[in-house]
Amino acid sequence: MKILNIIEAAYRGTIEEQDDTILWLTTIMKGAGGDFTVLVRGNAINHCVTSQDCSGLSFGGWEQMQPPRLANDTANLIDKGVAIHYVAEDAAERGLHPGDMVPGIKPISRHAVAQLCNAHDQVWHW
Amino acid sequence: MSRYLLIESRDPFDSPDTGFVHDLSRTLVQGGHDVTIFLVQNGVLPARPCIHSAALTSLAQAGVTILADDFSLRERGIAADALVQGVRAAALDVVIDGMADGAKTIWH
Amino acid sequence: MAETKTLTFAVMDPPFETARSTTLLRLLDVAVRRGHNINVFAYEGAVYLPFALQKAHPNPAHGRNAVEENHVLTKDLIAAIMATAEKAGTKFDWVNCGMCVDERGAEEAIPGVRRGSPADLLKMAQESDNTLVIGTR
Repeated sequence: MKILNIIEAAYRGTIEEQDDTILWLTTIMKGAGGDFTVLVRGNAINHCVTSQDCSGLSFGGWEQMQPPRLANDTANLIDKGVAIHYVAEDAAERGLHPGDMVPGIKPISRHAVAQLCNAHDQVWHW
Repeated sequence: MSRYLLIESRDPFDSPDTGFVHDLSRTLVQGGHDVTIFLVQNGVLPARPCIHSAALTSLAQAGVTILADDFSLRERGIAADALVQGVRAAALDVVIDGMADGAKTIWH
Repeated sequence: MAETKTLTFAVMDPPFETARSTTLLRLLDVAVRRGHNINVFAYEGAVYLPFALQKAHPNPAHGRNAVEENHVLTKDLIAAIMATAEKAGTKFDWVNCGMCVDERGAEEAIPGVRRGSPADLLKMAQESDNTLVIGTR
């Protein structure tokens, strides 16, 4: 079963979870033997920007030691063999260029999203 | 060819991203696939004749079946017999029947 | 009666915050009444849907006591749907993501709910006829 995970929401509880919860879920399920492709669209494309830095948060005496490193997580998922695509028009509309983003993620046109859906048995839009 | 059931829970007044479902459904139906959009929750709001209804009518004319959850309509005081052209009311059962029938079911 | 299928649902929303949790429960109710076997993977806040310690309360804005208000508690709706499935002899498997339970302290769930992991979602999906993911916003 080939599953397409579509990630759209950006920075949804990422500080508290210390992860993007859908990248995390995909990582765990990939490790359990799942066959996944990821499509990042909308604002979630910003998770692939290499210059992100949310380190240094503290609350009273509590300091966050493991801030989310979303670009690293994206790269790690690619290293594990998961193809990660992003919608090129969504990136361009947000002022993002390929050089701003994690190497190895693959742009597709908005029009090609349908083709990507057709190529998978299940399409899960988170 | 595949069967698709796109469940739209968002409305165009609140979310510009309803265009994603419109674009995807249009591309799929042009590719020969059987596509149904099931409007639910606030997603039924443009089923009442309004400034955003034309987009739904256009999709219906392109061959997309557009259904609106009858409970969501009633909850919002939208008369099931006065919906914009191309949209008809249906029970939520359509989603379960579609899933059981093997439609690729995508929630938006 | 339609042919029995196995359907999986993955959900993220906690109760009382959005319409999505209500629509999920409506879908589960329909699916069980249709005689299908059901799997639910509750991720993130959705682990509170079957939280056993939910309590009814009165409604002072309407002058109703707790009994009169008969407030929706999602744990009761889920228990009722489970009972319908049991009566029909169909399967109803609700898995709470364990780490999501831990970080929220949502350990106490109604009977019939089990603790699991994303591997359960994968297994459920692979063994189902279809899967619907209802993400959160």
